[in-house]
Amino acid sequence: MSADAAPAVAPPVPAAPPAPAVAGLRRRATRRRTVVRVVLLVLFGTFFAVPLLALVEFSTRGAGGIGGSRSLTGWAQIADYPDLVGAIVASLELAVLTSVVSLALLVPTMVWIRLRVPQLSRLVEFLCLLPLTIPAIVLVVGWAPIYLWINYLTPRAYQASPLALTFAYVVLVLPYSYRTIDAGLAAIDVRTLSEAARSLGASWATVLLRVIAPNIGPALLNAAVLSVALVLGEFTVASLLNYVNVQVAMNNLSQQNSNVAYAVATASLAAVFLLLFLLSLAGRRRRTRGSSA
Amino acid sequence: MSPRRVTGGRLAWLGSLPFLAYVGLFLLAPTVVVAAGAFTDTANRPTLANVRVLGDRTVVDSFVNSIALSAASAVIGAVLGAVLAWVVVTGNPDGALRRTTTAVCGVLAQFGGVTLAFAFIASIGNQGLVTLALAQLGPQLSTGWLYELPGLVLVYSYFQVPLMVLVFLPALDGVRPQWREAAETLGGSPWQYFRHVAVPLLTPAFLGALLLLFANAFAAYATAAALISQGAIIAPLQIRTALTSEVVLGQANAGKAIALGMILVVAVAMTLYALVQRRSARWLR
Repeated sequence: MSADAAPAVAPPVPAAPPAPAVAGLRRRATRRRTVVRVVLLVLFGTFFAVPLLALVEFSTRGAGGIGGSRSLTGWAQIADYPDLVGAIVASLELAVLTSVVSLALLVPTMVWIRLRVPQLSRLVEFLCLLPLTIPAIVLVVGWAPIYLWINYLTPRAYQASPLALTFAYVVLVLPYSYRTIDAGLAAIDVRTLSEAARSLGASWATVLLRVIAPNIGPALLNAAVLSVALVLGEFTVASLLNYVNVQVAMNNLSQQNSNVAYAVATASLAAVFLLLFLLSLAGRRRRTRGSSA
Repeated sequence: MSPRRVTGGRLAWLGSLPFLAYVGLFLLAPTVVVAAGAFTDTANRPTLANVRVLGDRTVVDSFVNSIALSAASAVIGAVLGAVLAWVVVTGNPDGALRRTTTAVCGVLAQFGGVTLAFAFIASIGNQGLVTLALAQLGPQLSTGWLYELPGLVLVYSYFQVPLMVLVFLPALDGVRPQWREAAETLGGSPWQYFRHVAVPLLTPAFLGALLLLFANAFAAYATAAALISQGAIIAPLQIRTALTSEVVLGQANAGKAIALGMILVVAVAMTLYALVQRRSARWLR
C-alpha cells in the first residue's frame, strides 16, 4: 500500500496555482500543524526521558545532592556485594541457557512439523502463543507446586541455584521465539533444502545444524536476543519462587544501599536497551534491503 | 512441488513429542493446577471454599482496583499513544522521526518491573530529581501518591503509550490520503473529515488497542510489586500475599482462586479483542 500512497503524501504541487487567499490559508494551516507536532514531540520526549535521566542521576548522586558533584561510588561498590555479583552472573547464565534451550526445543520441532506433520502446526502455534494470554503472575501460582518437585529431585548442593528458573523462562519466551523462527522459516524453502541435503546423504542433525540453521541465522539471533532481554529483566517468577536473580537482588538491595541498586538497574537497563535497539535497527536494515531487491 | 504431498508415516507426530511433553509439563500442567486447585482443598477434595475467597472484601476491592487501574492506564495510554502515532504518521514515512520513534517505542513497550519503579522513584519520589529540583524553585511536590493507585496509573502509562504507538501505527497507515482528498474535493472541512471519516474508520482499531492495553496492564505484576512492597491493593499483589503467607491464612489454595479470577478477566478482554479485530480488518488492510 505504501507504494501507491507515497506520491500522494509528497507536498502537493498543484498544476494550476490556487487563488492566493486559499494558498495562504493552507500554508498557515500547515505551519500551525508543524508547531503542534513539535510541541507534542517535546512533551512526549520529556515524559519518556526524565525517568531515565533521573535513574542515571540518582545512581551517580554524591553527598552534595542534585546540584553537588557527581560520584561513582555506587557503581564502584557493586563489587563489594558478592550476593549481588552472584545474582548478576546467575542472570547472565539464565539468559544464555534460556536462549539455547528454547532454540533447541523450537527449531527442530518447527522444521519437523513443516516437513512431516503440517496438521499439527495450528496446535503448536496455539501452544506457543498461549503464554501471551496467561499472565506470568498466574503461571507462577501453577509453577509453585511443580518447583517443589523440581527442588525435591535436585541434589541438595544445587537446590538454591536460580538456574532452575530456565524451565519457566523457556515458557515465557515461547511466543517471541516462535514468531521470529516462524518468520525465518517462512522466508526459506525448508522442504527443498532438506530434501536436497537428505538425498545427498545428510543426517537429520546435519540438515538442521548445517543447512537450515545457517539459512535462518538472523531469525535465530533475533530470537536469542529477545530471550536475553526478557530474562535479564525478569522479576515476577524469580521473586515468587524464591530464587535470586539480578532483579530480585536489586530490589532487595534498594532499601539498604539505593545508590548501588540504582547503579545495577541503570547498567541492566542500558544492556537491554542496547540489545533491543540494535535488534530493531538490524531488522529495519534487512527489511529495506529485502524490499529494494 | 506437488501441492499435497504424503507427509510422513503414522508415527511422524512422535517427532514433536519433546516439544509437546515440555509444553505439557511447564505450560499446560501449571494452568490445570491453577484451574483445578481453585476448586480443591489441600487434601485434593472438591470444595468451593477457595472460590468463596473471591467474595472477600479485600479481594473484591483488589479486583475493582485492578480493573480501574487497567482501564485508566489503557485509556490514557490509548489516547496519548494515538496522538503520538498521529504525530509520527503525519511526518515522512521513511524519515528519521518515524524510524527512531518506532525503535524507541519497541524498547519502551517492553520496559517494566523493578527498573521502571526505580526510575519513577528517582524522578518523583521523596529524593527524586524532579521533586528536589522543584523544591529548590519553590513548590513542594507531595510524593505519597506515587505508591498508590494514581502513581501506578502514571507509571503504567510509561509502557502503555509506546505499546499503543506500535499497535495503532499500522491502523493509521491504512487510512489512505485519497480519502482525505475526496473529502476535501467534496468541500468537507478538516473537522468534518475527522468526525465523519477518520473516527468511524479507526474506532474498531482503537477499541481493539484499548482492550489489548487493558489486558497488558491487568497482567502486569513486577512494576507494582517493586513500587508497593507492603499491602495488596491490586489483584496480582493479592496473589503475592496468598503465595507468601498461605499457611497463615489457612487457605492453601486461595491464590489459585484469585489467579483463576485473573484468567477470567483477561479471557473476557482478549475475546472482545478478537471480535473487534475481525471488525477492524474489514477496512484497514
